[in-house]
Amino acid sequence: MIPAPGQTVGPFFHLGLPYAGGNELVPPADPAAIRLGGRVLDGDGHGVPDALIEIWQAGPDGKVVREPGSLRRDGWTFTGWGRTATEADGSYWFSTYAPGGPVPFFAVTVFARGLLDRLFTRAYLPDPDPADPFLAALPPARRATLICAPQPRGLHFDIRLQGDDETVFLAYR
Amino acid sequence: MTTQADISAEIAALAGQPGEQPRKDYPPYRSSVLRHPAQEPVLADPEGVELWAPAFGHRDVDDAEANLTNRHPGEPIGERMVVTGRVLDGQGRPVAHQLVEIWQANAAGRYWHQRDQHPAPLDPNFTGAGRCLTAADGTYRFLTIKPGPYPWRNHGNAWRPAHIHFSLFGTDFTQRLVTQMYFPGDPLFDLDPIYQSITDPQARNALLAAYDHEVTAPEYSTGYRWDIVLTGSHRTPFEPGEAP
Repeated sequence: MIPAPGQTVGPFFHLGLPYAGGNELVPPADPAAIRLGGRVLDGDGHGVPDALIEIWQAGPDGKVVREPGSLRRDGWTFTGWGRTATEADGSYWFSTYAPGGPVPFFAVTVFARGLLDRLFTRAYLPDPDPADPFLAALPPARRATLICAPQPRGLHFDIRLQGDDETVFLAYR
Repeated sequence: MTTQADISAEIAALAGQPGEQPRKDYPPYRSSVLRHPAQEPVLADPEGVELWAPAFGHRDVDDAEANLTNRHPGEPIGERMVVTGRVLDGQGRPVAHQLVEIWQANAAGRYWHQRDQHPAPLDPNFTGAGRCLTAADGTYRFLTIKPGPYPWRNHGNAWRPAHIHFSLFGTDFTQRLVTQMYFPGDPLFDLDPIYQSITDPQARNALLAAYDHEVTAPEYSTGYRWDIVLTGSHRTPFEPGEAP
């Protein structure tokens, strides 16, 4: 069986994919909420205004969440999944919890007009375990593209589609 | 301005190369030039959440969202059409109770989107977005209107073949897929750099729906069938259904 190949989300994905509350996995007013945000940048360093970012993460206890409700959030149930379109300057943000567990990262999917297939990456919490086999195998400059920078109320994570400091994207074995 | 002949020559120069996925570096699709990674992806073993997909349920999706033709007081214009099929993983197992999202142009080839200024009529009775959950056997089903082809500005006189955008989840995060479903025999296929970015013709064919008279409803709608195979799952069917 031949898997269906990917195709770009194109310029009109706002019609079908983003939805109200998609980026609020946790209400921003929750005292434990953090902001995960950054920009999506193209090969010239310009913001990508028509990208779509999805995150999928463990809860603060490190457990994988099996709760539905991401599309119609009730404000109480943490589903571990969110989606948002970038703004005119390429910026995006999520309100969420920091993931816990042995390998604390946000699994990130990137879509955009001009991007023919989705990209996978990981946004690790700051100061990850230096013995982590995946991170340890990367040259330091490339490894740095996967690690969030701490901010007063959250984490900063830019996604560079191309160029110097291009983000490490993943292919799964 | 770049002509269709220029683009067709670029498409021909890259045609036939092996690969199950589109080439992300595909200059005939001009918007890809600055938006594709230049470095090869890094191989990773899926870990933690990557071994699972997010869960969706009837709290997320109302059954009515699978019908794109009854969202407004009147009937939309165009060829009423059922699109159905099964979502399967790479081993042929059904992907059950999972989210499928679609969006598309109307019968005139116009999107309900601010950025679409193509001078074809909007249909006040057709928005063009739908969702459903797959059944236990992986079946999805939408009732919609056949979309029209539409012009875009990749090059002079550029037109996209008619298509429906599909967004799919599997049982693993790694199976996430957004793609486009096309209709058999579209005369625009050879001219379209997005479709042709999948340079292996067999892989490209995996995006073609088939007309199915068994799906066609008497005196009501035509029917198309499209089965969607995702990449392989990293979990075995015998693993317990409990997350760590």
